[in-house]
Amino acid sequence: MKQFEDIREALIEGRDEDVPSLVSQALDAGHPPATILSQGLIAAMEVVGERFRCHDYFLPDVLMSARAMHAGLDCLQPHLAEAEIRTRGTVIIGTVQGDLHDIGKNLVGIMLQGAGFEVIDLGHDVSPEAFVEAVRRHSAGIVGMSALLTTTMPAMARVIASLKAAGLDQVKTVIGGAPVSEAFAREIGADGYGYDAARAVDLVKGFVVP
Amino acid sequence: MRKRIDFREWLAARPVRIGDGAMGTMLLDAGLLPGACPESWNLDGPDAVAAVIRAYVEAGAEAVETNTFGGSPQKLGAYDLASRCAEVNRRGAEIACQVAGSQALVLGSMGPTGQLLRPLGDLAEADALDGFRTQAEALAQGGVDALCVETMTDLQEAMLAVRAAVTTGLPVVATMTFEKTRRGFYTIMGVPVARAATGLEEAGVCAMGANCGAGPDTMVELLEAWRAVTTLPLVVQPNAGLPRLLEGRVHYPEDPESFAAYLPRLVEAGASLVGGCCGTTPGHICVLVRKAGEMAARCQ
Repeated sequence: MKQFEDIREALIEGRDEDVPSLVSQALDAGHPPATILSQGLIAAMEVVGERFRCHDYFLPDVLMSARAMHAGLDCLQPHLAEAEIRTRGTVIIGTVQGDLHDIGKNLVGIMLQGAGFEVIDLGHDVSPEAFVEAVRRHSAGIVGMSALLTTTMPAMARVIASLKAAGLDQVKTVIGGAPVSEAFAREIGADGYGYDAARAVDLVKGFVVP
Repeated sequence: MRKRIDFREWLAARPVRIGDGAMGTMLLDAGLLPGACPESWNLDGPDAVAAVIRAYVEAGAEAVETNTFGGSPQKLGAYDLASRCAEVNRRGAEIACQVAGSQALVLGSMGPTGQLLRPLGDLAEADALDGFRTQAEALAQGGVDALCVETMTDLQEAMLAVRAAVTTGLPVVATMTFEKTRRGFYTIMGVPVARAATGLEEAGVCAMGANCGAGPDTMVELLEAWRAVTTLPLVVQPNAGLPRLLEGRVHYPEDPESFAAYLPRLVEAGASLVGGCCGTTPGHICVLVRKAGEMAARCQ
């Protein structure tokens, strides 16, 4: 469909001023809002994620596309009926205690939203207790943690321990950040390691049964 | 008053100079709490900062860096210390100069603001430039021999920092952090080595290179990419490999001997100044210095 193609192209190219008007045109043409969301915005963010994974896109490109996606979402939101806002699931994300770096974590949040998840972003310097509290309050099934500093990596292990202690063993945990590795994820008992934002989203998708 | 060392002459006088290793992790060992501002210790715990720098000088480091990596007003702002930017940096420089004396050259460390420049983020170019200028001037006043802009990923921000640093009249070094992709080395912001080299030279650096993000093996390859695009002296500060958690503590795989074993390859690939980033300790620097001595003896 040409209209969805145009939305996708504008979003992939990060033209945030064009996406809302293209979304409006699609709505005016009678396309269901949920279809515009899935075949326009979400499909385009998947392409952006793929390009980022292949290093054809870098952080600035993804941020521009994310901005375009949000502009499109704002335009679409009032038209989405309650029943259509069914998300793929709720993910709690945050940068762990003692760490103030959140560019990477924000990127993962954007990509998760782009993939249709509801994202609760707890910000940076998030205590293990705050992660547990948020999981309970939002009945979330997945927790994503980020750390840029090697000195704050151990805080990830504390979050996982706190979730277990709170009887939330079924909650899936994904970790990411410059100093973190697959081996580290195994050592602390995390369910997955997102080497980059795109891979983190793939992991989260894998945790939810379609 | 300590006499300034001429950075360019100093660098040219030997096949390779050895810098220092990590600062932040050493301060944590000394009791800095994760999440606290390392630079605030220039004011509140100068003895601990001096002790780290002294450990590097005693290990034989020929250049040491100031504890001012997060000393831009934007970064200090996260700890409500933006208004004390000049003081934090001047004190940082004074502490390092006092410890180094005539034994080691002092590089004034200038890291990223931690914010994205417009239009991607909210930081205005003029504000970033002003902030870096405040930091650079304070470091110069505190007596550093040269300024070192480091761990940059955004070339625009790196160039603003270098331009601000150059206005002090001191020599300026700059390093950026790269990752290896299937199409060569890029920063997370999408800057390839060739573009970094052109931009940094244009901004006025007298030496440049890479730090952090990779262990010494990858750094050899990265240096080769740099050598292909510039004739300026190259600087490299690898991590001690990629960190793992062992028994609740962060552990780096490269010990001093295995880390320092890369020195001949780093020098062959073009490095004029070799130090360490995350996970390196005075122990790593001590073995590097010994290896550099062995290499110099063989040349004679």
